[in-house]
Amino acid sequence: MIARLAPLAALLLALAQPSTAAEEEIVADLSQRQVPITADFDGSELILFGAVKRESPISILEPLSVIITVAGPSRPITVRRKERVAGIWVNTDAVEVDLAPSFYAIATSRPIDQILSDTEDLRYKISIPRLIRSVGAPMTVMDSPAFTEAVIRIRVANGAYQMRPNTVAFFDQTLFKTSVTLPANLTEGDYKVTLYLTRNKKVVTTYTTNLGVKKVGLERFLYRLAHDRPLVYGLMSIAIAIAAGWGASAVFRYFRN
Amino acid sequence: MQIYLPIAEVSVNAFLLLGLGGIVGMLSGMFGVGGGFLMTPLLFFIGIPPAVAVATEANQIVASSFSGVLAHFKRKTVDLRMGTVLLVGGLIGAALGVQVFNYLKSLGQVDLLVKLCYVVFLGIIGGLMFIESLNAIWRAKKPGAKPVRKKHNWVHALPLKVKFRTSGLYISVIPPILVGVLVGVLAAIMGVGGGFVMVPAMIYLLGMPTKVVVGTSLFQIMFVTAFTTLLHATTNFTVDLPLAVLLLVGGVVGAQFGAMIGTRMKAEQLRILLALMVLVVCLKLALDLLIQPSELYSLGAAGHA
Repeated sequence: MIARLAPLAALLLALAQPSTAAEEEIVADLSQRQVPITADFDGSELILFGAVKRESPISILEPLSVIITVAGPSRPITVRRKERVAGIWVNTDAVEVDLAPSFYAIATSRPIDQILSDTEDLRYKISIPRLIRSVGAPMTVMDSPAFTEAVIRIRVANGAYQMRPNTVAFFDQTLFKTSVTLPANLTEGDYKVTLYLTRNKKVVTTYTTNLGVKKVGLERFLYRLAHDRPLVYGLMSIAIAIAAGWGASAVFRYFRN
Repeated sequence: MQIYLPIAEVSVNAFLLLGLGGIVGMLSGMFGVGGGFLMTPLLFFIGIPPAVAVATEANQIVASSFSGVLAHFKRKTVDLRMGTVLLVGGLIGAALGVQVFNYLKSLGQVDLLVKLCYVVFLGIIGGLMFIESLNAIWRAKKPGAKPVRKKHNWVHALPLKVKFRTSGLYISVIPPILVGVLVGVLAAIMGVGGGFVMVPAMIYLLGMPTKVVVGTSLFQIMFVTAFTTLLHATTNFTVDLPLAVLLLVGGVVGAQFGAMIGTRMKAEQLRILLALMVLVVCLKLALDLLIQPSELYSLGAAGHA
């Protein structure tokens, strides 16, 4: 309980401090800074909360909106498309997508097209289509956008990309809170959490923090062993296989006699 | 109960893996096939990345074939001399197969070629076995019909003859070595033990008695897959130990039951069942190639085929 209250206390402290920087600033925190991947990891719920710190009175005429994104580490991927060749379906065209996060969730306080202009989206790369970039489309591929669309379609389908409009609760233009579901097939790495405050479809201020997703315990041990000492790991795998095979055989012999 | 696999980086149900291991292990014990040609596609289906599925499956086959081989040792149905000859060929073949695999990978069509290999080999072998077993059952039903004697073919005209006492054979070592090489190459390319090729080759080409064939092929598969596991673990880091353990716990138990069922069945029945199973998998893979997939696009790590 005390651990839970700590970030809140820090938040209140930050709110109390005077500032001379931009007119409006974001103060925010996450329910957890580390997501440990244990053997029984089955997804996790991440809560993001914070407040707008301001010097001037709240503007009623030009309300603020909040956009919160959580991005996993980016890895280049190859997208292949099948075509029917001589009666069978074969991978033909391939496009390399050089920038696509392994995980991406975008939560907003209102529908994104009402609170963010295209130019700002282009500049900050907030929405999913803007985020994914492909430069290496070969000359033979005429419709390279279809490949980036496929990346989004496949990853939205398996929960890696989440579009969550209207899921940020925003109270009195000041306090905000949202939760993001991290799926079970999460990959390890440094995740980036970014909060955008927009007004008149323009980004007023941003706030970025990191979220570490890391394997722990047995998971970490096996992963490191497999990569640092592959021969030991390989021999261990075979030894375990032989032992299990022998064990089962011995048990069955015992029961038969 | 969900479990997160550290190398595959996915979370799956532990009981599902135990169950899959058990069923495939049972078939393995019954027929003397490693079961890889069933398990590897099943693992793809539940969402394990293909590279991890192939490597981990090799490790699981080590366990189930070892368990099976022990059961066969008890009944003295392993021809050690023949197994060693096949193994020498198998290791040469596996090393060759890895080279072929890497060459196909550089061409970028390894997926298709692996599937085509499956369809062609499973189709031919399943079809031949099915017809042959039907004929055998037909002959057995006709009273007075003499069982067909083993023919002397080109296999018996080759030099370097060795006596294989357990199999009751006196043949050249060249055909078994060639069979071993072929199986090794296929094993490396298709990511399976290769029993479904070796078992028919031993029966029809080498003329070994069916009862000895199963134990002997398991003996060879065990060593070849151990070799493959080590290759995958040291070069691609794709062996997932928790996944392998769950599959093999199910697998070894299943293999014991399978071996028990196998001894109670007639050789012809065993062969016709194996033939049917091979044909079903072949048909499934062929349909995958022929029917338009619902998602035409697929994602893969960059720089890999």
